[in-house]
Amino acid sequence: MSPFVGEAGAFVVGAILTIPALGAAVLALLPDDRTSGRINVLATFLTFGCALALLVERPSPGAFLIVDDLNIVFIVLSTFVGFTTSVFSGSYIAHELETGRLTPAYLRFYHAMYQMLMFGMNLALLSNNVGLMWVAVELATLTTVLMVGIYRTPAALEAAWKYFLLGSVGIALALFGTILVYLAARSVVGEGLDAMAWSVLVEHAPDFDPALLNLSFVFLLLGYGTKVGLVPMHAWLPDAHAEGPTPISAVLSGLLLNVALFAVLRFKTIMSANPAALAPGPLMVSLGLLSVLFASFMLYRRSDIKRLFAYSSIEHMGIITFAFGMGGPLANFAGLLHMTLHSLTKSAIFFCVGHIAQVKGTQQMSEIRGLTVSHPVLGWGLALGVVAIAGLPPMGIFMSEFLIVTSTFAREPLLAVVLGLSLLVALGALLLRLNGLAFGDPHGSSAPSKASFLPVYAHLGLVFGAGIWLPPAIVAWFQHVATLLN
Amino acid sequence: MDQLALDVAHLFAGGLVLVSFMLLYQDRMSGLLNIFALHALVVSFSVAWQAYIQHAPHLYITAAIALVVKAVVIPLALHRIIVRLGIHRTIEPVVGIGLTMLAGIGLVALSIMVMLPITAEAGTLAREDLAFALSVILLGLLMMISRRNAVSQVIGFMSIENGLILAATGAKGMPLVVEISVAFSILIALIVIGIFLFRIRERFDSVDIHLLHEHRGEQP
Repeated sequence: MSPFVGEAGAFVVGAILTIPALGAAVLALLPDDRTSGRINVLATFLTFGCALALLVERPSPGAFLIVDDLNIVFIVLSTFVGFTTSVFSGSYIAHELETGRLTPAYLRFYHAMYQMLMFGMNLALLSNNVGLMWVAVELATLTTVLMVGIYRTPAALEAAWKYFLLGSVGIALALFGTILVYLAARSVVGEGLDAMAWSVLVEHAPDFDPALLNLSFVFLLLGYGTKVGLVPMHAWLPDAHAEGPTPISAVLSGLLLNVALFAVLRFKTIMSANPAALAPGPLMVSLGLLSVLFASFMLYRRSDIKRLFAYSSIEHMGIITFAFGMGGPLANFAGLLHMTLHSLTKSAIFFCVGHIAQVKGTQQMSEIRGLTVSHPVLGWGLALGVVAIAGLPPMGIFMSEFLIVTSTFAREPLLAVVLGLSLLVALGALLLRLNGLAFGDPHGSSAPSKASFLPVYAHLGLVFGAGIWLPPAIVAWFQHVATLLN
Repeated sequence: MDQLALDVAHLFAGGLVLVSFMLLYQDRMSGLLNIFALHALVVSFSVAWQAYIQHAPHLYITAAIALVVKAVVIPLALHRIIVRLGIHRTIEPVVGIGLTMLAGIGLVALSIMVMLPITAEAGTLAREDLAFALSVILLGLLMMISRRNAVSQVIGFMSIENGLILAATGAKGMPLVVEISVAFSILIALIVIGIFLFRIRERFDSVDIHLLHEHRGEQP
């Protein structure tokens, strides 16, 4: 097998990887901060364009790279949010530079790392090789560690250190799981690259030794689950979200957690293809439910606005893992939809939060009040985002959560009760906080914000649109992927 | 594969588990670093032996990386760091040494009981190697949670990584092993640079869970 087989699709796949890689190199060398922001936007935009082109024509799988029905959803979503975040990042970073929180040298580093992160995530999503995917996830983790610590305050360094240690342990466990998968495949497929290629693994999975597969899945779920932020391996997530630059919080929540979940899903497919192996569903359901339950109660105790939404991310990753764990066409469909909408909504919220924290000069929620009065556009953006993330109609997340809860009711009523209650608890916490943040008398600085609102409202518009009317083409597409996941 | 080759491979793998135990009971920082250098040395011999018996010359690269980076450069760098930061004093374990050792024995028993029955198909070489590798990984995890000091945690992490390299080389014919070991070396270099450049110095002893609460923004 050649790395990838001929035609235009192969060129596009190559471009999705080389644009961010080249972008990282150029941005690392470029001293001027004005242009570097623009190049960052341009590179992510081109990558998004290439990802869209994959919808039209995709290459046949090679030894290292693959484009299939599952990962194309992730790639389009990931490059889109990567693009909008880079637009937001432009205005956010300009402000950080003015206030002197970041120096031009760090800015250069920041932009280069941003592209590097995009490269790592795209590579992880596109790889057809479990080892290559592991290396790519590690690369993405490392770049985010460096970015979380970029402000170099004691809190930021500790957050980075904690993320680093927990992330490394998670990734070490995932590697052990990967080695076990290779061993399981080797006796069937034979030595060499084939025994690590997705396309080959899925095809031959029914013949693998079930005991080895079981053990490997436990390691993979715990390892990549750490990166998904599942309770009880979530401890790094709130710190990393709160202390790093806000664009990174948006990318972490919206994209990197998905990439780790994607890895879990890939291995889940192998597990389910083997009838003798342990059913992966119950494990994912319990971890997911535990995360939802834990995070929804933890939402009440937050005083830092970024931490609040970090815990909300844990909650939503729990919901998504739960849905994929339940399995079946309906739950898988709802899980995919929820993942897409959560990425869009959560990144929009972080865009707002970033500007709010800059205007107010604090992340403490007790010092932020009356945003809809002092900053109407920003305040209403946040309010809409919180309404969406809390799962209220008519926003799209209501629909996906509704689908998940009802499909669970039909099969496991008891679990649905727990899930539904946790969602209500989270709703209460979010609305309580929103009331304090957005309404009442304004408090603190009311300096105008030089924000770019386009990304915020573009995301929220999509989420709103999905709640009102999902285009049949997308429904058919997601349904097709959902049946594949079974 | 003849019996002698297997026996030597098992000798190195078993030796690695033994050195992992030695890491657990060190009570001085410099002693810990020296034992870690030994740990890396054993793993590099083990990888070199695997390269020899599997006729896989690319594994020699992994062995060389382990030898140069982990057995020499990183211990030396950490020695300099601990002397300069003045933390070469006694290590404070979270639980007593005796208890840690007992837990370690339990973990080794666990990994043997888990791995041996299920790897019957994987071939004799991979079988024992995997059981030993899992023991090394679990002992490394135990070390990371039973020490408070950042340097000891890093050493614990590096011993986990040695266990992973042992597992990866034991899985005969596994592709990308060299790439993975390079990726890991970058990771570790970053940790050491992180300690040094980012100067977590002031809170060097405090990179433990208790004091992290301070920065969670949870106070009233």
